[in-house]
Amino acid sequence: MFELIAPFFRHLYERTGLNFIVFYDPHEFGRFVAGISISLQLIFWSLLLSLVIGVVGAWTQRSQSAIWRGCVHAYIQAFRNTPPMIQLLFFYFALGAFTPSVDMGGYTQPIISSFVWAVISFGIFGGAFNVEIFRAGLDAVPESTLEAAESLCFSRWQTYTNVTLPLAFRISLPALTNNLVSLAKTTSLAYVIAVPEMTYVLNQVWSDNINVPEMMLLLFLYYVLVVTLLATALHALERRLVLPGYGQ
Amino acid sequence: MPSAPKSRTGDYRPWPDDKPIVSLNDVHKSYGMVEVLKGISLDVKKGEVICIIGPSGSGKSTLIRCINGLTPIQKGSITVEGQEVNDPKLDKLSLRRKVGIVFQQFNLFPHKTALQNVMMAPVLILREPKAEVEQRARALISKVRLTGKEDVYPGHLSGGQQQRVAIARSLAMRPDVMLFDEVTAALDPETVKEVLLTIKELAADGMTCILVTHEMGFAREVADHIYFTDLGVIVEHGAPAQFFTNAKDPRTRQFLSQVL
Ligand SMILES: Nc1ncnc2c1ncn2[C@@H]1O[C@H](COP(=O)(O)OP(=O)(O)OP(=O)(O)O)[C@@H](O)[C@H]1O
Ligand SMILES: [Mg+2]
Repeated sequence: MFELIAPFFRHLYERTGLNFIVFYDPHEFGRFVAGISISLQLIFWSLLLSLVIGVVGAWTQRSQSAIWRGCVHAYIQAFRNTPPMIQLLFFYFALGAFTPSVDMGGYTQPIISSFVWAVISFGIFGGAFNVEIFRAGLDAVPESTLEAAESLCFSRWQTYTNVTLPLAFRISLPALTNNLVSLAKTTSLAYVIAVPEMTYVLNQVWSDNINVPEMMLLLFLYYVLVVTLLATALHALERRLVLPGYGQ
Repeated sequence: MPSAPKSRTGDYRPWPDDKPIVSLNDVHKSYGMVEVLKGISLDVKKGEVICIIGPSGSGKSTLIRCINGLTPIQKGSITVEGQEVNDPKLDKLSLRRKVGIVFQQFNLFPHKTALQNVMMAPVLILREPKAEVEQRARALISKVRLTGKEDVYPGHLSGGQQQRVAIARSLAMRPDVMLFDEVTAALDPETVKEVLLTIKELAADGMTCILVTHEMGFAREVADHIYFTDLGVIVEHGAPAQFFTNAKDPRTRQFLSQVL
């Protein structure tokens, strides 16, 4: 792959001065690939955590206990109404200051790396929205459908897993797609706590090589590609799960 | 109190013909401060079809929902095959296996096909072998005249077709009593006929049916006994011939003059 494209981009640089160094310099190419890998992992784990928080939160919001409901409500208010970058800085610098470090033989390393802090922070940020999205989905399942299940001898748990959840998930999916796509974009903020993801890596590359416009363009295209793929996948899922004859 | 036959999980004996299969005795039901049922008593024998009619808000749906324990009562007793519905120790599963219910709004599971809707409860709850259930479900779908619609989702079926799937879905649990709560009220006149025909055939097969309906002609035709309720009490009841021509209570007469 690299051998195939390298001559072209080297040639391009020599002829036109357009310096896509990550495509012809082996060292910079390595950085670039590592950046992609970290960035995709960051997106994956952040979305996953936000989904788990969303499901658990929505479940908790329907609990009998007013205290639990209050906690979830406070969490949603706090994390929907503050900028994600401030949340990230708060987690990394404020909470990170209190987490222990381990001796790695000569130097110390915090138990929770900046990557993990970023996942925690984005998961919690996106989760706050997901709770509301899932809750709206659960609320939209008609009481009468659940009653039909009950009268067919379904237990509460059987009704929940076979009727409530499948319907709520389908109802939630369009809003969920929006939020997950938005969260995927937000992960680029991780560069402020030096997570070596795409934005951070290309920032380093353009500092070293003074090729800001080219790397900016690349960064831009990278996010267009990733976000398009994610949205396409989620929309395909939506189409697969659509309730035939309902709501369209 | 006659001793109840064992639930279907044990050695099952059919309920004797001479004792009421469903029996309500002085049933009182309130929602908060509002008393909706104020002492309802009625008996339904095996194979009998009874119709409950009455003005909107008179508590007909509430009555139906009480019979299969969807909502508790405050006073009185309801028994189904000798089993007290209001008993806190009641095994709801064994009650609901005997009692099928069909609602005004069909309430099918929109993410399942017609066939899956019918098969779901027997496979999932009774854990019956899938092949056997499928065979029975297909037979039921053909019984309600929907052959060919097995793999169609509820959203792509007409109201009347959905309602017949709902009837088949209830029958798949092999109930002894069927409750119908204004099952044609949400349908257009054309499809009402199909659904009524299905119920009529069911009644002719000997199924015990309790129907709430606004279709007076239908009630007259299929019912063995008609109950008129108003404001939470049974105002008057009788065999259809006598009920429709010879109503005594002025409230019944006024209601009949409006709907006939
Ligand atoms: N869940 C509930 N909570 C409070 N009140 C209720 C509830 N369900 C029904 N009611 C009230 O109980 C009364 C009887 O309602 P019900 O639905 O049994 O009447 P109905 O005879 O079925 O009327 P309709 O012909 O309109 O279906 C009504 O006044 C209704 O407002
Ligand atoms: Mg009603």
